[in-house]
Amino acid sequence: MRNHLMTMTATLALVAGAAAAEEVRVYNWSDYIDEDLLTKFEEETGIDLIYDVFDSNELLETKMLAGGSGYDVVVPSGTFLQRQISAGAFQKLDKSKLPNLDNMWDMVRERTAQYDPGHEYAITYMWGTTGIGVNVGEVTKRLGEDAPIDSLELIFNPEYMEKLADCGVHFLDAPAEMIPAALNYIGEDPNSHDPEVIEKAGEVFGAIRPYIQKFHSSEYINALANGDICVAVGWSGDVLQARDRAAEADNNVEIAYNAPKEGAQMWFDMMAIPVDAPNPDGAHKFLNFILDAKNMAAASNYVYFANGNKAAQEYLLDDVINDPAIYPNQETMEKLFTTTPYGAKVQRVVTRLWTRIKSGT
Amino acid sequence: MNIRRLLIMVPPYLWLLLLFLVPFLIVLKISLSDIALAIPPYTPTLEISEGWRGITTFLSKLDFENFTFLTTDDLYWKAYLSSLQIAAIATLLTLLLGYPIAYGMAQAAPEWRATLMMLVILPFWTSFLIRVYSWMGILANEGYLNQLLLWIGVIDTPLTILNTPVAVYIGIVYTYMPFMILPIYATLEKLDESLLEAAEDLGCSRISAFWLITVPLSRSGIIAGSFLVFIPTIGEFVIPSLLGGSRTLMIGKVLWEEFFNNRDWPVASAVAVVLLLILIIPIILFQRNQQKQQEAGQ
Repeated sequence: MRNHLMTMTATLALVAGAAAAEEVRVYNWSDYIDEDLLTKFEEETGIDLIYDVFDSNELLETKMLAGGSGYDVVVPSGTFLQRQISAGAFQKLDKSKLPNLDNMWDMVRERTAQYDPGHEYAITYMWGTTGIGVNVGEVTKRLGEDAPIDSLELIFNPEYMEKLADCGVHFLDAPAEMIPAALNYIGEDPNSHDPEVIEKAGEVFGAIRPYIQKFHSSEYINALANGDICVAVGWSGDVLQARDRAAEADNNVEIAYNAPKEGAQMWFDMMAIPVDAPNPDGAHKFLNFILDAKNMAAASNYVYFANGNKAAQEYLLDDVINDPAIYPNQETMEKLFTTTPYGAKVQRVVTRLWTRIKSGT
Repeated sequence: MNIRRLLIMVPPYLWLLLLFLVPFLIVLKISLSDIALAIPPYTPTLEISEGWRGITTFLSKLDFENFTFLTTDDLYWKAYLSSLQIAAIATLLTLLLGYPIAYGMAQAAPEWRATLMMLVILPFWTSFLIRVYSWMGILANEGYLNQLLLWIGVIDTPLTILNTPVAVYIGIVYTYMPFMILPIYATLEKLDESLLEAAEDLGCSRISAFWLITVPLSRSGIIAGSFLVFIPTIGEFVIPSLLGGSRTLMIGKVLWEEFFNNRDWPVASAVAVVLLLILIIPIILFQRNQQKQQEAGQ
């Protein structure tokens, strides 16, 4: 009976396939690609590309763990990828279909191996740091010329935060990045999984909570660019996009990004194929397209994030490859840290702490 | 009982069975299981293919751990209480604003009523999400409301409304208003005018006639409208998360965090089951009371 059903569905799928063009469904972060690339992919392959966006790893992970998401390519960050691999959410890549894999950059491959040993499930799309974006004019107006815009002091020291509160401070709504940053500030191991240590981040946030206007992971791009807020703890490329939007709007808003000198979190967004992807073959075509040196460079030139592609570097614009906010210099590189996924019990402690931080309950 | 009556009775029960009872049992089942790193992220899963043995091993693994867990953290009851409070206040506000609108509609000339009714329903033609988003544009610090008030000169500095409880109440009252107006309008429209005339003939003032006749006779509409607003508001998630900022604690948000941040479907399901019980018990008690009153009235 089951076989019978399968044959029937297969036939139906064939009939449907003949009528409709081939489709690839991609689920990526918001503001994370040059949309011309999407058109280019469709033109080159004749495949219909359906492109959806999200702004939190948690949202993506829930879809992956529920199964049947319907997506062919998804883009979790390293720690989330690692956990989803152990849950069996992804299929192994067929490397014979990815000739452009040779373009990958060893520096990045070595670091992503901790999430995906042997690189069996994912390719690196972009990587970056979590740092501080400031509206230079507004911040110096309040804190003077020597405002510590490249230091965690700016965002975790209540003295500074009190003076910044009236012009607006946004934090990422991403506990897996904000709690390590707070731990780093007080000299604890940012990657600690010890609930007692993690709780200490609560005290750091407790002191500055009244001065934080909002926790949100995507609104800050526009808010910074429009001059609605003057500090955002955010992702490198997003802040740089805000910098560019402000420059285009010519609204006298000057945005700067810094990875904190005390050390910043380095993260990797990885493209993987869900185990139940409807079109894994098309998914491989999309991955190979992205791995192409010129395409990857075009994406980075547009979103201002560094990519994991060595061959792409010769096609990068000068203000991308030479910007230490995008491709950090050696000194900054040495201070960057990575984190590992929390187990279920510790995750509960982290979420609970984050709820308490945000709502005061 | 004849076949025809039976056939008429089947659809509502079938509807409830398929779209309420079965989903509820699935949620209940998940609430009794344990979190796991898998697809789906809980264990045990029911293996129907193993037959009776599958069912018994499945049942032996269930426990009430997740429900006892809810009592160990004050977050949950605080969120329930705060949701009840927000829902109660919002329902009251909707009633206070909705009743005069419904009353006005019922008093309007009959040829106008269809148009007025249309105007109440019209906003539903736009996506709910877009309407809530546009409130963000209206209530923001640089939003239209503040611009208007500054221009008129009522205020000197912009009011902070967005990301406060006030914005949540505005959003809820706005969104659920038609659910309050329509049932009240339905009862008011049917109101027998001659009762009011009789009251006036007997020397009752217009205002007392309103309180003594109109309001009691529209009671069923008030109750229906209040339930239609109160019940969905308790579990409301979209409005508080878009308009409310992070200090507005509601159970819908807690549910979201259990699902999305903790990936703990069992605890999330337990939260949902408790929410349903909190809602259902007072409604059943209320209906019992209503029935008793009706019987006593007869």
